[in-house]
Amino acid sequence: MIKNPFQPIPAKIIDIIEETPNIRTFVLDLLGADFSFDAGQFVSLTVPGVGEAPFTPSSAPYVKDTIEMTIMKVGKVTSKLFELPIGAFVGIRGPFGKRYPIEKFEGKEVLILGGGVGLAPLRSLFLALCANLEKYKKIFIKYGARTPKDIVYKKQLSEWKNLKGVEVQLTVDNADKGWRGKVGVVTILLDDPKLNNTSEMIAVVCGPPIMMKFGTIKLLEKGFQGQNIYLSMEKNMSCGIGQCGHCRCGQYFVCKDGPVLTWEQIKDIEDPF
Amino acid sequence: MKVLKLKKHYLKDYLNVLRNWGEVYGPVKQEDKYIYGLLDDLDKLDTRMLRTILPAKKFLVPPRFSTFTFKDHSYEPELNNLPNRVVFGVHPCEIHGIVILDKFFLERFPDPYYGERRRRTAILGLSCVPDDKCFAKSTNTHFAEFGFDLAFNDLDDFYLVWVGSSLGDDLIRLKLELFDEEIKQSDLQKYMEWRAWRDTQYKLNLDLTAMPDIMELNYESPLWEKLGDKCLACGACSMVCPTCPCYNVQDQIRPNKTEGKRERLWDSCMYKQFALVAGGHNFREKRSQRVRLWYTHKLKAFITEFGKAACVGCGRCIDTCPVEINVKTVVSELKGGK
Repeated sequence: MIKNPFQPIPAKIIDIIEETPNIRTFVLDLLGADFSFDAGQFVSLTVPGVGEAPFTPSSAPYVKDTIEMTIMKVGKVTSKLFELPIGAFVGIRGPFGKRYPIEKFEGKEVLILGGGVGLAPLRSLFLALCANLEKYKKIFIKYGARTPKDIVYKKQLSEWKNLKGVEVQLTVDNADKGWRGKVGVVTILLDDPKLNNTSEMIAVVCGPPIMMKFGTIKLLEKGFQGQNIYLSMEKNMSCGIGQCGHCRCGQYFVCKDGPVLTWEQIKDIEDPF
Repeated sequence: MKVLKLKKHYLKDYLNVLRNWGEVYGPVKQEDKYIYGLLDDLDKLDTRMLRTILPAKKFLVPPRFSTFTFKDHSYEPELNNLPNRVVFGVHPCEIHGIVILDKFFLERFPDPYYGERRRRTAILGLSCVPDDKCFAKSTNTHFAEFGFDLAFNDLDDFYLVWVGSSLGDDLIRLKLELFDEEIKQSDLQKYMEWRAWRDTQYKLNLDLTAMPDIMELNYESPLWEKLGDKCLACGACSMVCPTCPCYNVQDQIRPNKTEGKRERLWDSCMYKQFALVAGGHNFREKRSQRVRLWYTHKLKAFITEFGKAACVGCGRCIDTCPVEINVKTVVSELKGGK
């Protein structure tokens, strides 16, 4: 019989990290299952009794026994997930789709542009790059959140800043009293004189659709090449294998042809975001 | 391929024998339409049918079925105990539709739910004579050369029966004595005459060459807005189309809240919720975008992926759409017709 691509395997929640009021990182024990992924691929998470939803892991792909997913409480599945305690079981299947082709980033400057919970897959990517940091000329992390309270991975972002060859910049749409940093949408961080070799640079973008759209527009204005802009296209992937049709985007099924697609691949699709 | 003859008055006897292998379904009249119904009583069989309301895809991907039963976090696949089925009366265009579904569900990432049902479903084809909604000759799907287990060609008082698979051969052997293995020159002659005559019976002819180019040229056309204004987003076109494969998955939980089943249901890209994500963003909010997606997938994207358009000319969309959005009207308008 054919291997069942729809079979969820059990995983146990062993830790829950409160990132923001509505974003948590769930640490899952894979219970010895033969499961691995590459940065950029996504998995389907089952919350028993509610259903499935797609998420991109936020942990380092080389960590084998556990997997982390940073999730915003926004729909039916995630609302139920937020009710689950440590020790509860969920199901996962996958991984699905295409990874970030990090071998193509070698010797180049890499811009990681994230918005909101969209930093999740980018963290996985960054951790994968960190395994061989010397291979990349420079890594810029530029991240925007709605308010200071909505910033994920606060502690790690401040640690990453200290890594050699890594630069981290944050901005918020709306500041509060304690905020000393930049204010404005994430694209303002692209007005950076250090981004002076844009035609050769790699940009990797993930965030809400509106941010992906204006982020791409600004990157193109700044001289980034379409084939060097990697977009994590988050849609309502369901089956994960190019069948159910929900994640159709032009000629692509985002689940199997993406979720990582370059601007060059999708530029002719009317409003892909 | 082996060819045999079966006298017409033996058909019911033969179908009766097939019940030893599995449940036998065939065309049954329901009010003024036809369906593929269970032939628990063989007198229900009505071979005059042209097109059934739902295509034979309903046997391979049922409109709603359980993929898993679950208890707590343990999910058990529901793949055992599926019945053997014989579907008699499948017309050539629909056999082409099944071949397309085979490519879709079995080639890239094999789907065990489709695969298991396909393996247990014997497809028995039947020749047909078109009406004014059929355009299978335009889609080159008016003859099926493979994709069936047996195919019956109606020639007045007998059927020429093609054996298309080893399962088909096994099914013939269940009652070989009903069949005549000797095909005469006159039978061949009769068949060739029938073919020539039947070719003349297609009243609806559409030129479907280079549709990907025509779709591309029309990408920004105001036609899509016009069609979007008319479309009721009822999804009936997807339900009746032999090649529409999209589905949704839902968990149905029992009142004890720990057990239930995960169901797969037919879905349609015409539905507003189809591209809606949690949080409220809708990638195809407008009906015009959804109508365009349907036709782009059918007449363009499928060719890029599988080398062949996914329209088989069965005419179900023409028969079904309440506002006349169908392959005939859309293709005609895309090409600058009224």
